[in-house]
Amino acid sequence: MARFVLEDSRSEEAGKSALVKILSVWAVVSIIGMALVWFVLGPHLAPGTMTDQAQGAQFDIKFVSTLVVPVLLFVWFFFGYSIMKWRVRPGEDGTLPAANLSGNSKAQGAWYVITTTLVLGLAAFGTYFLIAPAGAGGGEGASPIWTPGTTKLLQVQVIAQQWRFTYRWPQFGGMETTGIELPVNTEIEFNVTSLDVIHDFWAYQLGVKADANPDYNNVAYTKTLATGRFTVRCDELCGIWHGAMYNYGTVVSQQQFEQWATNMEQQNASVTKLLPKYSLTYTPSYSGAGGGYYNTSVDPNANL
Amino acid sequence: MKGVRLSKGARAGALLFGFAALIGLLIFGVAGYLRTSPPTVSVGASSSGSVNLVMQTDGAVGVGPHPSWVGYFVQDASGAWHQTTLIQLPQNTDVHVTLYEYDSGGNLRNSVWSQVAGTTGGVAYINGAAESVVNPNTNTGNGIAHTFNVPALGINVPMYGVSGSAKNFCNTGPCNTSQAHNTITFTFHTGGAGTYRWQCFVPCGLGYLEGNGGPMQSLGYMAGFLKVV
Repeated sequence: MARFVLEDSRSEEAGKSALVKILSVWAVVSIIGMALVWFVLGPHLAPGTMTDQAQGAQFDIKFVSTLVVPVLLFVWFFFGYSIMKWRVRPGEDGTLPAANLSGNSKAQGAWYVITTTLVLGLAAFGTYFLIAPAGAGGGEGASPIWTPGTTKLLQVQVIAQQWRFTYRWPQFGGMETTGIELPVNTEIEFNVTSLDVIHDFWAYQLGVKADANPDYNNVAYTKTLATGRFTVRCDELCGIWHGAMYNYGTVVSQQQFEQWATNMEQQNASVTKLLPKYSLTYTPSYSGAGGGYYNTSVDPNANL
Repeated sequence: MKGVRLSKGARAGALLFGFAALIGLLIFGVAGYLRTSPPTVSVGASSSGSVNLVMQTDGAVGVGPHPSWVGYFVQDASGAWHQTTLIQLPQNTDVHVTLYEYDSGGNLRNSVWSQVAGTTGGVAYINGAAESVVNPNTNTGNGIAHTFNVPALGINVPMYGVSGSAKNFCNTGPCNTSQAHNTITFTFHTGGAGTYRWQCFVPCGLGYLEGNGGPMQSLGYMAGFLKVV
């Protein structure tokens, strides 16, 4: 940090005095600002608290936002004070002789230590919370490392195709639905795949986001904590109707979910018989337009 | 032969004019191309409070910039066919749809679309027979040619295909009912005003990646809007 030593009243003593003033005001306003961000803004930050993973993401954003407050305010206050107090006034010569410019090793060292600690600390914090809890709702690939630690999971297969999501329920006879309901206080395992191009299953309020790739099973976990409505969007540009590739789901009570699933199972019984056996991926037949995706044939691109 | 000699200024002016004309022509062409849109066929309310919508799907539309593409025709009040997928409907109205299917069928990429949904009674009538699920299996039938799917209204109607080897198969549209076809009828309710996109879920864009390019991504062919007013 540079320190200006001038021959007039803006001397080293004046600089120290100014720094004390800046730090005093900064400290008070920072505490107030951090409290406001943490307690007032924080609970309303995205993506909410509907699931364990969403809650974790909200905590991360809240924590980082709170730490940003003092840094931002210090920069603003220093600039503001500098402009007000040390500007060149009418009649003054604004030329600063190079000989009057010197450094302050203590200030420089403190700046390096504080900023480095902050950046590395946030990097470590972010890295840890990218994987906790249970993968933090991100797609972990076919063999997830971070799992919920329970085998009592509701399995939901997300099937993306241009341009809708459908959902298969292996624990409910392998039925497939165009809508999605989930029970509250339940660990969910999403198995995400695609029947054509790359899509992305982004259940915003659930804190879940996983790419849907053809011929690949991408696993993501979440634990529902509260009832409510959530939005599912495709987050990979996938063609003309990409912007319209969304639907809404609901987290309901466990009893309501059981009722919904049972009704769906009965309603869809006749079409469930026509579906292929439940599988984590479905291989295309490459039989051209209109070709079924469920009977493996010859890949025309095999030799490419 | 002695030519007319232009001054340096005149030659520069002519060059600039030619360049500007070329740029203008390019902009006109691109803007014209981007603004091209199929017509909207308006279906007005009848005295009974319901409306009739008559459409046909053909394996090749036979007209326009892509005559070989699969697509829809919609009939207007005068009985004329228009190659389009933009349809204006009155709100809160029952729409009786008659759809003439002239295309051959295939297996579905996702068999869930073999189920009829969002129609009155949850059924569609294929050549007069009520069906809630249409068999997509080409081993035991003709398969499904296309689906009429309006996601926001929860509508999905699979259209049973015509045999590709049928006598009098319609190779190019607009087709007429003397040619091989299936007649699919169903009724749905429009609800509130809005613009609802609709599409086919059979990847019928022959020759395009995953079958989902070309007509599948073009208004007037296998993608469109219901404009409910």
